[in-house]
Amino acid sequence: MDRRATFSNLWLAGALVAPQILLVIVFFYWPTVQALYWAFSTQPPFGGTNQWVGWQNFQQIFSDAVYWNSVQVSIVFAILSTALSIGMALLLALMIDRQLAGHKAYRFVYFWPYAIAAPAVGLAFRFIFAPDAGFVSAINQLAPNLWNPALKGWDAMLLIVIANSWKMMAYNFIFFLAALQSIPRGLIEAAAMDGSGVLRRARDIQIPLLAPTLFFLLVINITESFVDSFGIVDITTGGGPARATDLMVFKIYSDGFKGLDYSMAAAQSIVLMFLVIGLTFVQFRYIEKRVHYA
Amino acid sequence: MRDAGMIERAPLLNAVTHLLMIAGLLVAAFPIYVVFIASTHDLPTVNRVPMPLWPGDHLVQNYATVWNKSDFGAKMINSLIVALGVTIGKITLAALTAFSIVFFRYRARMLIFWAIFITLMLPLEVRIVPTYAVAADVAEPLRWLVWLFGFELGIAPINLLNTYTGLILPLVATATGTFLYRQFFLTIPDTLVEAARMDGAGPLRFFWEHLIPLSRNNMAALATIMFVYAWNQYLWPLLITTDARMATATMQLQKIVPGPLFGQPPVWNEAMAATLLVMMPPLLVVIFMQGAFVRGLVATDK
Amino acid sequence: MAEIAIRNVEKSYGKTAVLHGVDLQIANGEFLVILGPSGCGKSTLLRMIAGLEGITQGEIAIDGRVVNALEPRERGCAMVFQNYALYPHMTVAENIGYALKVAGLPKAERDRRVAEIAQIVGLEAFLARRPSELSGGQRQRVAMGRAMIREPKVFLFDEPLSNLDAKLRVQMRLEIRRLHQRLQATSVFVTHDQIEAMSLADRIVVMNQGRIEQAGPPRLLYAEPATRFVAAFLGAPAMNLLPATMIAKNRARMTDGTEISLDPERFAAEIGQAVEIGIRPEDVMIVWPGSEGAHQVEVEFTEDMGSSRLIHTRLGATEFTVLQPTAQIEAEGALHITLPEDAIHLFDAGTGRRLAGKATLIGLRASAAA
Ligand SMILES: Nc1ncnc2c1ncn2[C@@H]1O[C@H](COP(=O)(O)OP(=O)(O)O)[C@@H](O)[C@H]1O
Ligand SMILES: [Mg+2]
Repeated sequence: MDRRATFSNLWLAGALVAPQILLVIVFFYWPTVQALYWAFSTQPPFGGTNQWVGWQNFQQIFSDAVYWNSVQVSIVFAILSTALSIGMALLLALMIDRQLAGHKAYRFVYFWPYAIAAPAVGLAFRFIFAPDAGFVSAINQLAPNLWNPALKGWDAMLLIVIANSWKMMAYNFIFFLAALQSIPRGLIEAAAMDGSGVLRRARDIQIPLLAPTLFFLLVINITESFVDSFGIVDITTGGGPARATDLMVFKIYSDGFKGLDYSMAAAQSIVLMFLVIGLTFVQFRYIEKRVHYA
Repeated sequence: MRDAGMIERAPLLNAVTHLLMIAGLLVAAFPIYVVFIASTHDLPTVNRVPMPLWPGDHLVQNYATVWNKSDFGAKMINSLIVALGVTIGKITLAALTAFSIVFFRYRARMLIFWAIFITLMLPLEVRIVPTYAVAADVAEPLRWLVWLFGFELGIAPINLLNTYTGLILPLVATATGTFLYRQFFLTIPDTLVEAARMDGAGPLRFFWEHLIPLSRNNMAALATIMFVYAWNQYLWPLLITTDARMATATMQLQKIVPGPLFGQPPVWNEAMAATLLVMMPPLLVVIFMQGAFVRGLVATDK
Repeated sequence: MAEIAIRNVEKSYGKTAVLHGVDLQIANGEFLVILGPSGCGKSTLLRMIAGLEGITQGEIAIDGRVVNALEPRERGCAMVFQNYALYPHMTVAENIGYALKVAGLPKAERDRRVAEIAQIVGLEAFLARRPSELSGGQRQRVAMGRAMIREPKVFLFDEPLSNLDAKLRVQMRLEIRRLHQRLQATSVFVTHDQIEAMSLADRIVVMNQGRIEQAGPPRLLYAEPATRFVAAFLGAPAMNLLPATMIAKNRARMTDGTEISLDPERFAAEIGQAVEIGIRPEDVMIVWPGSEGAHQVEVEFTEDMGSSRLIHTRLGATEFTVLQPTAQIEAEGALHITLPEDAIHLFDAGTGRRLAGKATLIGLRASAAA
């Protein structure tokens, strides 16, 4: 990134970065360090001095079945909603990329869900999937409580998976379509000249060339499902029933702000941070590699 | 006639494609439609299973009720202030930082770049608890900072709870925009900087007269993304506003429905009216700024 | 191998017409070059033969069979694209063999054929590489190999050399020529580079703004351009074109007032007709002042090119270039020239068409027909 022509006014350079650096220190590094400190200590929420306790908080959460439940729930949620949203988005992007009549109008609407706030998405789906109103509960006329996310864990899981996938589908669609449209048209034409039909071209040319995007989206979707799902869970299931949808980020919030147990919340935050950082590193390593098609 | 993008005729496949596109349309639009329809009926109608799919005549009444009951006007204004604050703050700070990192030569610039870049890894949600503590007394890290430089100052506690500053600043403190600007600035040829310097322009003049006009597209893209991001914030405002006058529209959704686990079901027609009110502003931004939105999303996340 | 008939083909994108009625016969085994400036519709025509673009009007037949309704894969054409369009995620061998794989050939057979082709295009050592690990010339060869492996009836080339540097372009040009001699397959080659066209073609088709200006062997087009456009487009440095008016059956007066005599046997122009006199820079003769029929031109500057020298001058108000084979005389100030009568081309100033008389280069016509 070295430029030949650069300015060299140090004071100005410093003044320009100062505001953001200050913000980042105060609202990013400080809290992160503090979370680390809290994770290794116990403390009264406000004031008082902390007691250094080493790994005790971590031992405690790792020996807690409720915590492992939330890990498990998060993983199930991540896998299901990632698979669903990526699958649907890929299919739609491939269809739109064929540029049949009207594709622009469809494409336009496919973007929309991403603009909508997670709790609004949650509330909309909570209504559609409500046990006693909306639409899906119509099947309860066959047998009572065939569908009831307020009582059945898997129904609740399905509900938040669908809501989250709906939102992420739009996001994934945008990326898939951008990637598809960056494939030179000549490649598709060359394959057509080589005798390859529409489906075969999708399989042999388009999808392989989408691999980097697919991988990127896998990581992003898993991360988002760990992080951004709070709004959906909070408003649809509240982690229930019986902790069936008690995602990690939701549990951190409940332990920290409802249970006021900052140490436990901090220790869980640290674990989640490492998960997210790990995923991000995987992605960076891959970004290095994916240049090679260019 | 073949459609524009097609190479060969494939009538069957085209039919399937159209079907899938229509199915996709239903999937994408149906929930939004349902929210709208539900917000136009009275309570008994809305609670019918399945709910009717055509609009009712209680639209005005439902919205008026929601609007008055939870003072939605004030909450929308709060949301707007926060969204604009984050958007403007981000566009400005990110441009300044990227300008410094890309166009000035100094030792620490790679360090600063990485220090800011790493923030991309950890979204606000995973460090929510300590960030809350900082907002409760933002002077604490400042005291430490000053102490690091060898001073001891009795800075009085600064409480950002229930303030716009508290709602806005933590959302500005990430690298999204910085990274986008940096990528763009790096594409600006050295010769442009050289030409500007030959014309006698100093750094600030170059920034204002060359970089900013050239960055217009990127700014629009970033602004669209940031507006949507900030408007849709939920957890953060929920934590740091206890005063109803500071509540944002998005977090208000939690207040107007009973908790999922207990109590009676929500008053659906009003809940859906509120939902629609919350979804509309970012949706409209996306609809009117479609190009910028897509560009912004693809650019900021890579 | 195949012959191609293009009958009154038109192409429009919505309301904009891009090709206005193209008629062309391409003989079996012929190497045809379509030459024209960028945007004139060359690629469109080529892609219509390939089946990548629909045909708005008219028909295209390959080997007597109308192919308008056939898919690209059914037409037996192979195409080499300008930017090669190699599959970036496949190795060289996979790129070359892809068509056979789609066709369902067994792997052993495919490998054998790929090896064969790789040998012809000189890529045996690179079969396991990805396109990104190849040089420009090697990529070009992969594209050629990929086209060859299907043993197509027709080869289509869309400016395949324009992404190469000058030296490589010359080399690849020769290789394409060699390959054609070996395979004898009907080939249609699109380019905007007249040197490429001249050196490759059995026959050149010059296109301009969606129409064919002239078709014929390179020598004919050079010696007897049918229109002012062809005259100016073919040959470097470009032909000089001097506005003039016919004042007698055998005399024209140029804008600077000087006159020039023309052989009425060769040119059919009316008295009073506005014409343009064309003469190639290399045909201009430099003479001593006062020689018979000498015109005076003002030298503006010269370009020394080693073995020859290009003198930029003005004849009256018109730019006029002279190519001096050996750099003997140092040209400065004014220069005296004559325009040899048998080297002159005459065009109608309005329509741009050649004003041809009875005596034409019959010998060349005959060889074109052969
Ligand atoms: N898909 C298209 N839609 C509209 N116009 C097009 C399209 N493709 C080509 N054209 C127009 O058709 C003309 C001929 O294009 P092309 O055949 O590519 O020219 P060439 O290959 O001779 O440079 C150009 O003016 C171009 O702008
Ligand atoms: Mg072309």
